[in-house]
Amino acid sequence: MKDFRHEEEGPASPDRRKALGCLAAWSGAAVVWSIAGGVPRTVGAMGTGKSAATSGFTFVQISDTHIGFNKPANPDVVGSLRRAIGEINALPSAPAFVVHTGDVSHLSKPEEFGQAKELLAEIRVDHRHIVPGEHDALDDGLTGYLRQFDHDGRNRPYFSFDQNGAHFVGLSNVLNFKAKTLSSFGDDQIAWLRNDLRGVSHSTPIVVMAHIPMWTVYEPWGWGTADSEAALALLKPFGSVTVLNGHVHQVLQKVEGNVALHTAMSLAYPLPTPGQAGFGEPGPVTVPAGQLGRLLGTRQVQVVRGRHALATIDTPIEH
Amino acid sequence: MTRRGMRALGAAALLALSATLSAAEPVTIDIAKFAFGPKEVTIAPGTTVVWVNHDETPHTVAASDHSFVSKALDTDDRYEHTFAGEGDIPYFCTVHPFMTGVVHVRKP
Repeated sequence: MKDFRHEEEGPASPDRRKALGCLAAWSGAAVVWSIAGGVPRTVGAMGTGKSAATSGFTFVQISDTHIGFNKPANPDVVGSLRRAIGEINALPSAPAFVVHTGDVSHLSKPEEFGQAKELLAEIRVDHRHIVPGEHDALDDGLTGYLRQFDHDGRNRPYFSFDQNGAHFVGLSNVLNFKAKTLSSFGDDQIAWLRNDLRGVSHSTPIVVMAHIPMWTVYEPWGWGTADSEAALALLKPFGSVTVLNGHVHQVLQKVEGNVALHTAMSLAYPLPTPGQAGFGEPGPVTVPAGQLGRLLGTRQVQVVRGRHALATIDTPIEH
Repeated sequence: MTRRGMRALGAAALLALSATLSAAEPVTIDIAKFAFGPKEVTIAPGTTVVWVNHDETPHTVAASDHSFVSKALDTDDRYEHTFAGEGDIPYFCTVHPFMTGVVHVRKP
């Protein structure tokens, strides 16, 4: 499969071209992105990036583990997650916590949620902050999901918390599906978000987690959120906003003013890119043996105090 | 009634019987590549429609008027619904709302 993951950032700058050359040399190794002045800029490959230990903290994003999936595109999703967990546990500077941006399970089965919870407990962090995907909301809505992953005992899939001066918000955009319409947060959740952000200073870095992209990547595949504009309008006054999404099983990025939106790799199977030759629908892509590990991965996010930009490092599980 | 008339009645009864039989014959709709195929079907009242998911991704079958909704269908899972009254019933996949179809129920 061709490398399509860095095609969304607009015209290549000389720096980026150099960086892509470097990426090619690294054959799929991680790249550190820093967002400065609204333009993503590569600052170095993993290992040469600035240490997170100097200030601030790092956390790790994982996504789309699809526990329960067992088709040819990845007959061993548990193995893939365990491999990622090994990498996270071996990071030289321990992350403050891990976030999971949804599709924890494949079919919302109680045993899938149970197994996922046990696996995620193997990550050596104090907290796992999880938002649901639409695969976690099958049949009985989020009942089964919340039984295992209720964030704060309020029996709802959205929440917020603070960490070292940054404000984190977890949202659910996987319940309100109507025919021929993108899924949405819904008015209640938008009202909750407005209220939640009311007491937060505009200089506080904000990190938002939601499963489905909060910009319309490709409407015919449902890759967007109908009322994301309402949420983004509430985030506009803040100086630094980072949105972390999943759902599309690949790294795509968009920057709008002070808001940087990122989708993440899956830990289960790759999906095609809209328009990719030979793919008319967003179904699991079976790649030749040996290539899968380069298309699955995790993301490290570095929060540096006093800087608008959060650096993200996307690392395939095989690198 | 003449013998010929009797025969005609018998033929009519047979025809009616075969119409009932065809109404009882289930109609299958394949779910493949994130689409319902055929996207639209026309059936007689009392006909059962069977949806079969061939994708590796789970799908659902949900009437837009909420008159029926399936559980999530994994690969090779089936869902059946029998349509009693006449009408046009649009439906969609709640996981992928851009997957849509219509069942037209018409008296033959």
